[in-house]
Amino acid sequence: MSDVAHSVHRATPVTTEPRLTRRILTGTVVALVAVLLFAPLIAVFAEALREGWAASLEGLSSPDAHAAIRLTLIVAAIAVPLNAVFGIAAAWAITKFDFRGKAFLITLIDLPFSVSPVVAGLALVLLFGANSWLGAWLIAHDLKIVFAFPGIILATMFVTFPFVARELIPVMMEQGRAEEEAALTLGASGWRTFFTVTLPNIRWALLYGVLLCNARAMGEFGAVAVISGKIRGETTTMPIMIEMLYNEYLSVAAFSLAAALALLALVTLFLKSLLEWRYADLLAATRRH
Amino acid sequence: MIHTISTGPHALAQGKFIRSLGDGRIEIDAGGRILIGTPVTRRHSVSHGKSPFLRALTAPRWKTGLFAAVSALAVTFGNVPAARAQDPVEILNVSYDPTREFYRQYNELFNAWWTGEGHEAVTLRQSHGGSGGQARSVIDGLEATVVTLALSADISAIADRSGKIPEDWQSRLPHNSSPYTSTIVFLVRDGNPKGIADWDDLANDGVEVITPNPKTSGGARWNFMAAWAWALEEFDGDEDQARAYMASLYRNVPVLDTGARGSTNTFTQRGIGDVLLAWENEAFLALAEQGEDAFDIVVPSVSMLAEPPVTLVDGNITSDAQREAAEAYLEHLYSPEAQALALKNFYRAWDTSAATEEDIARFPEVERLSIDEFGGWAEVQPVFFGDGGIFDQIFEEQ
Repeated sequence: MSDVAHSVHRATPVTTEPRLTRRILTGTVVALVAVLLFAPLIAVFAEALREGWAASLEGLSSPDAHAAIRLTLIVAAIAVPLNAVFGIAAAWAITKFDFRGKAFLITLIDLPFSVSPVVAGLALVLLFGANSWLGAWLIAHDLKIVFAFPGIILATMFVTFPFVARELIPVMMEQGRAEEEAALTLGASGWRTFFTVTLPNIRWALLYGVLLCNARAMGEFGAVAVISGKIRGETTTMPIMIEMLYNEYLSVAAFSLAAALALLALVTLFLKSLLEWRYADLLAATRRH
Repeated sequence: MIHTISTGPHALAQGKFIRSLGDGRIEIDAGGRILIGTPVTRRHSVSHGKSPFLRALTAPRWKTGLFAAVSALAVTFGNVPAARAQDPVEILNVSYDPTREFYRQYNELFNAWWTGEGHEAVTLRQSHGGSGGQARSVIDGLEATVVTLALSADISAIADRSGKIPEDWQSRLPHNSSPYTSTIVFLVRDGNPKGIADWDDLANDGVEVITPNPKTSGGARWNFMAAWAWALEEFDGDEDQARAYMASLYRNVPVLDTGARGSTNTFTQRGIGDVLLAWENEAFLALAEQGEDAFDIVVPSVSMLAEPPVTLVDGNITSDAQREAAEAYLEHLYSPEAQALALKNFYRAWDTSAATEEDIARFPEVERLSIDEFGGWAEVQPVFFGDGGIFDQIFEEQ
C-alpha cells in the first residue's frame, strides 16, 4: 500500500495532463462504475421492491429463506475466523522464517484463486464422496461431509483460503523482522511480541483480509453448489436459495434474498469505511512503516 | 423442554430435562450423555424459539458468547444420531428440475392423507436440479430416500454404480414406475414469428433453438430423441440423413444449459432464442407464469412418450418406519387425488377420475413414441449420450 502512496507523490506528470484528458479519464471510470457496479445493484433492489415492502418481506420470511440466511451466517462465522488464524500463521511463517520450499508454499496458498470453484467442489466430492475409500469410511462411521453442513464449510474455506494470507504477506514482508527482534531482545515472550508488536502493525491488513474473506464466504456459489446437494431448508445457502427461487419463478422472493445478501455485503463495506474514518490518523501512521 | 446448565466455571451444556436433584442442580440428557449441573439463570437462558447458536452469539460478553457458540455447535452436531431415533420420519426426495411445483403441492397432499391414516406427519425434503446431475449426487452419497427423475437411465445409473437400488426397480410400481408422463413440445414467441410448425423448421437458417445439455439434463435427452424419431420417420430410416439433420439442428443452439429449468429461463426471462424444446409441463408452466400472450405452444407431428420414473433408494433406508412411509409416498402418487394434482401441474397422468374438465382438455393429441422403439434407455443412453456417442459425434462435426 505504501508503494501506491509513494508513487502518487512521485508521479507528478499525471497531474500536469490537460484538464480534458483528466476529465475524460475520470468520466470513463465513473461511467463504468455506474454501469457495471451501481446499476445492477439498483436493479436488484428495484426488483425486490417491485411489489412493495410487504411482498418483499414476505419473500424473506419463509422458513426456507430463514434457514438459508442462518446457514450462510453460520458458515461465515466458522470459515472466516479459521481462515484468519490460518492466514496469520501462514503469513508469519513465510515472512519471519526461512525454509526450503517457501516459494512453493506461497504458490499453494494462491491455488484457490486459480482453481475454478466448481472444480474445488468436485474435488471435495471426489475426496469425501461415497465412491472414495475415505468417503466410504466416513459414511460407515455415520459422519456426513458431502451434501451436508461440513462439506459446505470445507468448500467455503477452500475458496476463501488465500484472502487473509495474501493481504498480510506483503505488509509483513515490508515490515521485516527488526521490531520483533527488538522486542525479543528486550525480553518479551513470543506471544507478547505477537500481541504488542506484530498484531498492531498488521491490524489494518488483517481487517481488510477478514472483510474480503467474509464477503466471499457469504457470496460463494460454485463450490458450495456442487457439494450442497441442494436440500431445501437444510443445505441451501443464500446464493443457492436465490438461484432456486429465481428458477421457481418466485422473482420477488429471489431478489429480496439477493438484496439481503447485498445488504450484508454493504454492511461489511460500511464497517470498513467507518473504521477507516474513525482511525484515519492511526491508519496513516501505520502505513508509513 | 431443553435446559441449559453450567457444568463448570466455563462449560455449558444443553439437553432434555430429566430430574431435579433437590440441591439446585438438575440432570439433563445431552444427546445420549447424562450431565449434571446448575441451571443457567433466566437472564442467560433467553426465550425459546431462538436457536442456542444465536442465543450464544447475542450473549453479553463475547468470550462467553463465542464459547457458548462453539458448545452450541458441538451440541447441535453431537446430537444427530440420538435425535434421529425420536424425530419424525424424514424423506428426502431427489428430483429433477420441472417437478418443483408439483412436489411442493404433493408433499402437502401426502402428509394430509398420511396423518389421516393415523401416522405421524413425515418431514419431506426436496432437492431439485438437472436429472443427470441429481443422479450423480446420489451416486456420490446424497442420501436420497426416493428418487423421482426425468428418465429411467438416470435411475439405472444409480442402480448400477451404487448398488443402492435393485436391478428390477422399474417393475416395482405400475406403468414402468412412472406415475405421470409428458411429452416434448415447442414453445415459441407470441404469434410464432418464425413460423415454426414441425421439427424440420428447427434446422432452418436463422432459427435459434434453446435446449439443455443432454449430458446433464434428462429433458434434453428426450428432446434429442424426439427430434431423432421424427428424422428417422422423415428420411425413411436413413441414419446418415438423420445425423445431418441433427447436426444442423444443434448448429442452431446458441447455449446448452445444464437443466430444463435453466433453458426455460434462458428462453422466457433472458429472451434468447426463437423456439424452446421443452417438456410439455414446463411449457404450460411458462405460459401460466409469464402470461398467455407472451408465448405459444406448438405441438410437433411426432414426439416422445416421456415417462419420468420414481423409485425407492433401498440402500439409504435407515428404519422400517422410513421404508413404510417412503413406499406409501411413492404409491400414493397413483391415487386419483395425486393424479389430478399431476394433471393440474400439466403432466399427462393416467387416472383422470378426480381431475377437472379443464385440466383434462388441455392436452392436444400427439403421436408419442416410446423409448422402447429405440431399445429402451439402457441401450439408447450409451449409444447416443455416452462418451463419444452419437451426440458427441454430431456436436464435434460442427
